Parts: sequence; C-alpha cells; structure tokens
Amino acid sequence: MNRVPIGTKSGLVYKMTIENKQFDTVIGLEVHLQLKTQSKIFCGCANNFGAEANSQVCPVCLGLPGSLPVLNKKVLEYAVKIGLALNCKINSYIKFDRKNYYYPDLPKAYQISQYDFPVCYQGFVLVPQESSTVKKVGITRAHIEEDAGKLIHDNENNCSLVDYNRTGTPLLEIVTEPDLRSAQEAYDYLQILKLTLQYLDVSDCDMEKGSLRCDANISIRPVGETKLGVKTELKNMNSFRAVKAALTFEENRQTQVVKAGGKITQETRLWDEAKQMSITMRSKEEAHDYRYFPDPDLTPFQVDSSVIEQIRKSLPELPVDKWERIKKEYGLNDYDAWILVSSPEIAAFFEECAKLHTNYKNICNWISGSLMQEINSRKLSLGDLRITPRRLVELILKAEDGTLSNLVAKDVFRYALETDKSIDEIIQEKGLAQVSDSVTLEKIVDEIITQNENAVRQIKNGDEKPLGFLVGQAMKKTQGKANPKKIGEILKRRIIDA
Amino acid sequence: MISEKDVKYAASLSRIHLSDEEAKPLTKDLEKILHYVEKLQKLDVSKVEPTSHVLPIKNVYREDKVRSSLSQEEALKIAVEKIKGSYKVPKVIE
Repeated sequence: MNRVPIGTKSGLVYKMTIENKQFDTVIGLEVHLQLKTQSKIFCGCANNFGAEANSQVCPVCLGLPGSLPVLNKKVLEYAVKIGLALNCKINSYIKFDRKNYYYPDLPKAYQISQYDFPVCYQGFVLVPQESSTVKKVGITRAHIEEDAGKLIHDNENNCSLVDYNRTGTPLLEIVTEPDLRSAQEAYDYLQILKLTLQYLDVSDCDMEKGSLRCDANISIRPVGETKLGVKTELKNMNSFRAVKAALTFEENRQTQVVKAGGKITQETRLWDEAKQMSITMRSKEEAHDYRYFPDPDLTPFQVDSSVIEQIRKSLPELPVDKWERIKKEYGLNDYDAWILVSSPEIAAFFEECAKLHTNYKNICNWISGSLMQEINSRKLSLGDLRITPRRLVELILKAEDGTLSNLVAKDVFRYALETDKSIDEIIQEKGLAQVSDSVTLEKIVDEIITQNENAVRQIKNGDEKPLGFLVGQAMKKTQGKANPKKIGEILKRRIIDA
Repeated sequence: MISEKDVKYAASLSRIHLSDEEAKPLTKDLEKILHYVEKLQKLDVSKVEPTSHVLPIKNVYREDKVRSSLSQEEALKIAVEKIKGSYKVPKVIE
C-alpha cells in the first residue's frame, strides 16, 4: 500500500528561455470530473443533470441519521480506468475519509473523500507541443469523492436556496504536479486530458454543465530558484479559455507585486469572467481545517490485479497514440491527423472511409472541411447525421472521377446528410451530374463569347486574366454543373488559338 | 499543553459558541483526554498491522442500479424553511 498524503508535491526545475524573463511561473491544476454512472456514488438515486430541485435525493444524500453509504462498484471501476489511462499506479489499499466543513450545500457537514490512500497516484500525461516536442505533466494523484449540493443565491428574497440533487454525484479529482510553466501549457494539458476522458467515455466533460471543473494553483519564483514560491489558488473558471485568462492575469499580478517589492499572500481568488480579473475570496488565515479521518461507514477496498489487468486490456486506443498511428498509417500531417483525432467518432469514421478508398488526404479534407462544418453549425454529433462512410466515399469518388464538380459535390453532400438515398439517386434526382459532353459545353461557350465581347477582346490582345471570369460565367449559367476544366480548354481554343 | 484558545478554535470549527465559563472546564477535560492519548502513544505497536476499519472486511459494494428517490415533498419535510422547491437558508456568499 502506498500512502500519498495531500499536499506533498515535488517540483521539477525548468528554465524559461524568454528574453529578460526574471521569473518562472509554476502551475498545478486540480480537475474535478463528474463520472457518468447511472446511480450516485453511495446510494441508488439517479445521477443525472437537470431534474426538478430536490427530487433525486434520499436519506443518504441528505445525511439523515441511520443512513449508510455503500460504494457504487462502477465508480471504482471508472476511477481505475482513468488512472490507467493517465499512466497512474493503482493503490493496493484504498480507503475513504471524511473531510469536515460546515456549509449549507453539505448536509452531513463532511464530504466523503480520500485523504492518504487515493485510488490512483504517480501518473503522467504526455502533451504534444506546437514545437512538435512533448511535455510530460506529472499526475500526483486521482481520488474519488462525492459532489456537494447546489446553492442558488436569491437576492429578491435575501436568502439562499439549496438543491441537494447534486449531492453524491461521483467525482474524480485529478491533481497534477506543479509541472506546468505557462497558461498555454495549462490549456494544452486540459485539452489532452479532456480528450482522453472523452475517449474513455466516463464523463460528459461539459464545463458549462459543471461536469468538468478546474481549479488552478500558481506561483512565481526568480529564474533559477528551485524552491516553490507562495501560491494562490484560482477558482470559478467555467471554460478552458477562462482558465488560461485567469492564469495569465494572475501571473502578471504576482509579477507586478514582487517587482514593486511586495510579497504574495497565500489566498484563494475568484475569477470574474465579465471583468476578466480575479478577486480575493479568502486568505490563509481563514483557510479551512478539514480534520480528515477515516470514514467508518465504508470498508477499505482492494482491486484485484486481475481486475486491473482486465480494465487495462479494455482501454481504447488513446488520442495521442491514435494520432501517431494515423499520421504514420495514412501519411497525414500533424495538423490533419489531430483534427481527426479530436473526436473518437470522427477518427473511427475516417478509418472506416479509409478501408473503402485510398486517397486518405482527400477523405481527411472532406471530413475536416464539409463534415465538421455541418456538425459544428448544426450543433449535432456525427451520429445524428445520415452520412455513412460508404456514402461519403461514393461521393468522393464521384468528385474525383469528374462526375461532380467540387462545388456541386458539396451540395450533394448536404443533401446526403438529410436523406438515406444513394449518392447516384441524389445526383440523378437533382440533375446535378457535371456536364462534360462537348456538344453541350461548346454551346455554352458560344453564348459566353457573344455575351462578353470586352473580355474576349482583352484575351485576344494577350491578357489572359479575364479567362477565369469567363469560366465563372459558364459555371453560373449551368448552376455549377459544367466541368470547369473543359470549359477553360474550350474557351482557350476558341479565343486564343482561333 | 492545551490552551483555552485551542478549545475555542476547535469549537469554532464545529460552529459551537462557548462562553469563557464553559471553555475553562472543557480545557481541563481536553487536557486530561490528551494525556491519556499520550499514554497510548507510548505503547509499542510496531508489530501491529495498521487498520482504518474496526471489522476485518473489505470491498463492500453496490451495483450501479437506480432506485427510486424521495419525492420533493418528502425531501422538504425536514426543512426548517422552504422556498421554490428548495431548502431556504440564510444568504451565504463567501
């Protein structure tokens, strides 16, 4: 068994190479993740968001005398799964402790958490950097705990309202080592962490709904100093962008304080998104004394190594691994491959397409362009659209063999999202096939030439610039169906070679 | 040595208000208790396996199954005051 007390963190020394930089910034992050189990962590109440206030509570949630919390097996399983994905060791001895404090959102006056024997410890996350290097961010620990209720402040009635539905929502708190050296690195880490968690399918990871929350610890120290400076804790950031903004603000604030000869006070600061600044919430003097002690209501736990191995084997391919493989296997660049990997569904869709067609770059362009555009603008997920890998590849083939111009192919794509008809049927029904037969095209060019005397004269005088304009006119006349390459050829032959 | 200040701090953590008259005897009591703990700490427990639970059991789980909850009405029966389907408490803004 491994004792991993809260608050023992070792720091790496890392020098910033920015010119004239007097201070290094040291950042550690704490992420609270709501796990998407069916029921709550210690009782059978439903674990879902948005129900009527106080309609998903029971004596365990309300901390009534005589109630007994019993651990949801799935919560421990998810915690192990996440721990393994974050390269953590899984403790051979797991126990729960009471974290004591008084607040109206906590009916028992203690939160069931883990103090010195968390489920996971000593892991790391590899974060690809823009400079194509990889940053290794240490994970100190990840422990299971229960969420508290929700407080709504009612100014009109000068009171606060408590909704206990959220009490007992399973949480995993993931704590990094103070390894991050800039707001950007913190942001990049969060992106990778979220993506990894999405691949594991263990949480909604929705910061707006509060299913993923992030607090940050930040301090500065003179370049070359190895001892950590006095840190402040930042709370209340409701997006990754807000985390980055809050850290940048705090980095500057601390630097200014120290440069002016002042000292940093250990405190908790609240980020105000509207004002883009943080304000003091509580100082160390008022800091909590949680008086942790083992919770006698819950037994210790031990996860069999065979179960750990079983979970390890069930892990999906994780984003960074998938990224590396997709780059290698399909010859895509960093950027293209990253777009595909940014969602497990998109990556799977791409690989299905790649089984049917070998122009991988083109498939990738269609997915990262048209497909992702539609998903984003319609605020849908891939599963809501009617396009299948087979139909997308059919469409790509029609565009590649010249049956469809690229422009029209995009129209066909939009139709294909809304019907189950085959690509051929859509093309036929809408009369969208590209016109390539020369008789028709010659006729169109005839019309274009007589209607655009000035442009034709200019070309005959040696200035080929208006050629593109004439091709455009032909496309317009045919609603984009004419084969632009052939139109260009005919125009050249008729005007220049004549 | 335990001081009256320690007792008042412990009381404040538990939201208990103690007058000076109450704090004085409690300080003495707590002092005695800690003396006893000191005695316990002198025992040789180097050969005793540490434990965090009184019973030699482990891995008591429940399956991830939803059971019905209390109704909002039932849940709010114990509320001292209620408003809009919620427990009403004095305004708390940290």
